Amino acid sequence: MGTGTLAPTLKHALLAYATWTILYIFGLLRDFVRNRRGKASFKGYAPIRQDFEDFFTRRIYYRIHDVFNCPVKGPPSAWMDIIERTPVNRQKPLMATGKIKRCLNLGSYNYLGFASSDPYCTPRVLDTLSQHGWSLCSSRADAGTTPVHEELERELASFLGKQAVLTCGMGFATNSVFLPVLAGPGTLVFSDALNHVSIVTGVRAAKGTVRVFDHNDPVHLEQLLRQAMLEGQPRTHRPWKKVIIVVEGIYSMEGEVVDLAGFVAVAKKYKAYIWLDEAHSIGAMGATGRGVCEHLGVSPADIDVLMGTFSKSFGACGGYVAANKDVIDYFMAQCPAHLHATAMTPPAVQMVLSALRLITGADGSDRGAHKLSQLRTNANYFRSRLLHMGFNVLGDWDSPVMPIMIFQLAKLSATSHEMLRLGVAVVVVGFPATPLLTSRMRVCISASHTRQDLDYALQLFDYVATKCDIRDPPLAASNLVFLGPADSPPAGQPLGPPNEWVPLA
Amino acid sequence: MASHMVPAVGEFLPRDALAWVEEIISTAWTTFKPGGRLHPQTFIESKGHLVVEAILLALISYLLFQGRQKPQRRKERPLSKEEVDELCEEWQPEPLVGKLTAAQAARPPHVITAVSGCSVEVDGKPTTSFASTDFLGFSNLEQGRQVCEEAIHKYGVGACGPRGFYGTMDVHLELEAEIARFMGAEEAILYSYDIATISSIIPAFANAKDLIVCDEAVNYSIQTGCSLSRARLLTFKHNDLADLQRVLEKVAAEDKRSRKPLNRRFIVVEGIYASLGDMAPLKELMALKEKFKYRLIVDESLSLGVLGQHGRGAADHFGIPPTAVEIVGASLGTALACIGGFCSGNREMVDHQRLSGLGYCFSASSPPYTAKVTLETFRALREEGPRLRERLAANAAAFRALAAGVPGLRVVGGEAAAASPVVHLQLDPAPETYEEGDLLLERVVAHVLKHHSILLATAKYSSVETRRPPPSIRRVRLRPVLVTALHEPRHLQAATTALTEAMAALRPR
Repeated sequence: MGTGTLAPTLKHALLAYATWTILYIFGLLRDFVRNRRGKASFKGYAPIRQDFEDFFTRRIYYRIHDVFNCPVKGPPSAWMDIIERTPVNRQKPLMATGKIKRCLNLGSYNYLGFASSDPYCTPRVLDTLSQHGWSLCSSRADAGTTPVHEELERELASFLGKQAVLTCGMGFATNSVFLPVLAGPGTLVFSDALNHVSIVTGVRAAKGTVRVFDHNDPVHLEQLLRQAMLEGQPRTHRPWKKVIIVVEGIYSMEGEVVDLAGFVAVAKKYKAYIWLDEAHSIGAMGATGRGVCEHLGVSPADIDVLMGTFSKSFGACGGYVAANKDVIDYFMAQCPAHLHATAMTPPAVQMVLSALRLITGADGSDRGAHKLSQLRTNANYFRSRLLHMGFNVLGDWDSPVMPIMIFQLAKLSATSHEMLRLGVAVVVVGFPATPLLTSRMRVCISASHTRQDLDYALQLFDYVATKCDIRDPPLAASNLVFLGPADSPPAGQPLGPPNEWVPLA
Repeated sequence: MASHMVPAVGEFLPRDALAWVEEIISTAWTTFKPGGRLHPQTFIESKGHLVVEAILLALISYLLFQGRQKPQRRKERPLSKEEVDELCEEWQPEPLVGKLTAAQAARPPHVITAVSGCSVEVDGKPTTSFASTDFLGFSNLEQGRQVCEEAIHKYGVGACGPRGFYGTMDVHLELEAEIARFMGAEEAILYSYDIATISSIIPAFANAKDLIVCDEAVNYSIQTGCSLSRARLLTFKHNDLADLQRVLEKVAAEDKRSRKPLNRRFIVVEGIYASLGDMAPLKELMALKEKFKYRLIVDESLSLGVLGQHGRGAADHFGIPPTAVEIVGASLGTALACIGGFCSGNREMVDHQRLSGLGYCFSASSPPYTAKVTLETFRALREEGPRLRERLAANAAAFRALAAGVPGLRVVGGEAAAASPVVHLQLDPAPETYEEGDLLLERVVAHVLKHHSILLATAKYSSVETRRPPPSIRRVRLRPVLVTALHEPRHLQAATTALTEAMAALRPR
């Protein structure tokens, strides 16, 4: 199981509720004054934002909107240049001040470090660009398929151990548009409670029936499945046509690895199909980067559809589905993304292909293998040190995604500001992306981080944790099961001067 | 009195039996005689009537309830674990995917080995393409290539994160500002893929309480957006303003009766319809929209850069000021020759999507080089747009006129659609079945490619699309021919000649 817990202690829960209550009351007071001054009129139209959305956006989100959407200059590699913006000024948009700061990047999904230019990949990408241009302005089905697309699909299929692969220009659409094609009327889809929004969108768009099972819980799934088998389809009580179980390899907001063996056992017993979303795990998990199947020792043959994205480990954009030949043929004839959407841009296709060749070692070097082992070492080192410092870190060992629980909204923005001031870019997430009480900070480790980078970050984490009071020693200590090697002495060293904002050249 | 009559009756009976009967009768008499314990009068006086009434009441209620008694359902025993196991064991799922139709199976996957304007190489063979939406030929801009190269050196390929989490590059902001300037809107928001653009915009603004009125011929993305929003969905006949007015009036009448709080209302149309190639009559639509207080969502994917004085699309074409249409969504994969999509509107509208547009919040942002190259194509559009648009319109009109002469095919749209470069040809007379027409057109396309080196594309639809109403439109098959500004008269002539020849060769007699 994971190394942390989502459940807040009583203290955290009370404080978090207090924060929300205060924000809410002050929001109401301000709205009261505003309404006295006269409400904006829409001349016969309903307001475009609903009451609560409107209230939330104006009175809560805009207070801390500077911690999101932070613009970046240059590639999102291990260190990146953050563009400074004007401080929050009511609800006015934030403007760039013209200054930048070099920050350590712990926010991007750059697991294998392919975000910046690469001596192997970049020349090949440029080659493809000069040969096929940057867009074919056509769907794959009409006139958007280049030889590079086909090459990638072939090599990816053999890498994943599946018969065929179909790519799509966007990872989100790979779930949201491909899932409805499989889940037609009479299909029962079981979706994990914490599945990504793209999956939720996909199953909502589908004509089949959706049931949600508890997060990562095959036992609950089995109960629901047996119940559904007895009842049959709603109203008609006809037997279901097919059952699809949709799970993710690594849950991006929890960092947890799926209990794949458990789900495969249930799927086999009840003849259900499995759709596995490997967005965060492909290229990041497993000894040779083949994802959670390899990591957990499950045969890819037991998974009916392997889905993944190229915007994380591969440093490009887009997504893929890998399955048996007949399934892919069906997608090619029936999937709207294949029929109507612009084909994936050839340079990105080449980027994925080159990155894939590095990972498999087809380029003739061991750079890919090195990146993979570096990522794992970095991830486990960082996690063990964080746990030692008393953070409540979610997720599993080997997973490069490390959410750190903060619980309280006010601390969320304080932590983010403090981190940015000291030169570390981390992601903070709160409501509505998470439930009210479980605001968190998220760290994504990359193979391109050096040990010095990580130690630098850890020092700052230690300092900020004290300042913002985000440690949770009892929660963390109960989960200390493994200690990574600690080369350098933990905290206590004096902090070096943080990078300063410098004017943009 | 009665007692001395008894011996007369009992002459022939044994003595003790007679005494016994006499006993009974006398007892009965003493009980029932007037003044006796059970004489009706005494009985009633001593509240005995209550007993009678109680009996009657019980009888009446028995009779009353008798009629309502349902046949009692036999309580079923819940299935035991073994029985459930057996049921699960018995169940056989359908295969994960269905079967392909003959036409779908007949579609060969073309590989485009080289592109240069409208001449492409299909599987290594030089061909004239009528299948690309690069209407103005911007996918071959020399500067574009340079800019792209520089951007790849500088930014790498991917953005490695959603816009919210360090996936916002300076180029994305530049591009958003440029789009807003070009569209004459306050702000614009960038999506990383065209098919997820409108389908994210609509659910960001509409939920189960709201109302969407859309044209029945809208594309997949709009259909999905409407169904994801769970809003009440009404459709009107394609481009039929009278029908739209009927729908709007019906809603207005309902409103008067129900007095519900005002909800958000939208009319959704496309600038150029992807599945028909004609244009929405925006001018008249604007009047209706203003009258009934609806917000207008226009998908300008195919019309952006192609129509209008400034190239802003169909609204521009009809001389509608840019801020009059509340929400404009469009693809960047058509005339702007890149990938992605955007939405432009006022600040509140756009800002709301930065929190609620699912395809924006939860997807990796578009690669920085694509943003950079789109900036370049926007520049080209400003500079060369007017000249190219003129040529494009002439080409479109010329092709429509030529195609009208092809026997067995009919051009969809007529006079009103003359400026649209998306030309759909429809089998005329309509085939018996959809499948038959589909297969015939697949063959025609393959024939034209093989013998005339001209690449056309059939209109392909997925079974997940809900075209409304399906039966009437589904009878005929449509085919888009995408005319671009790069085509020369000889290309257009060649295409129609090829089509005529193919139709003659393949059409069933």
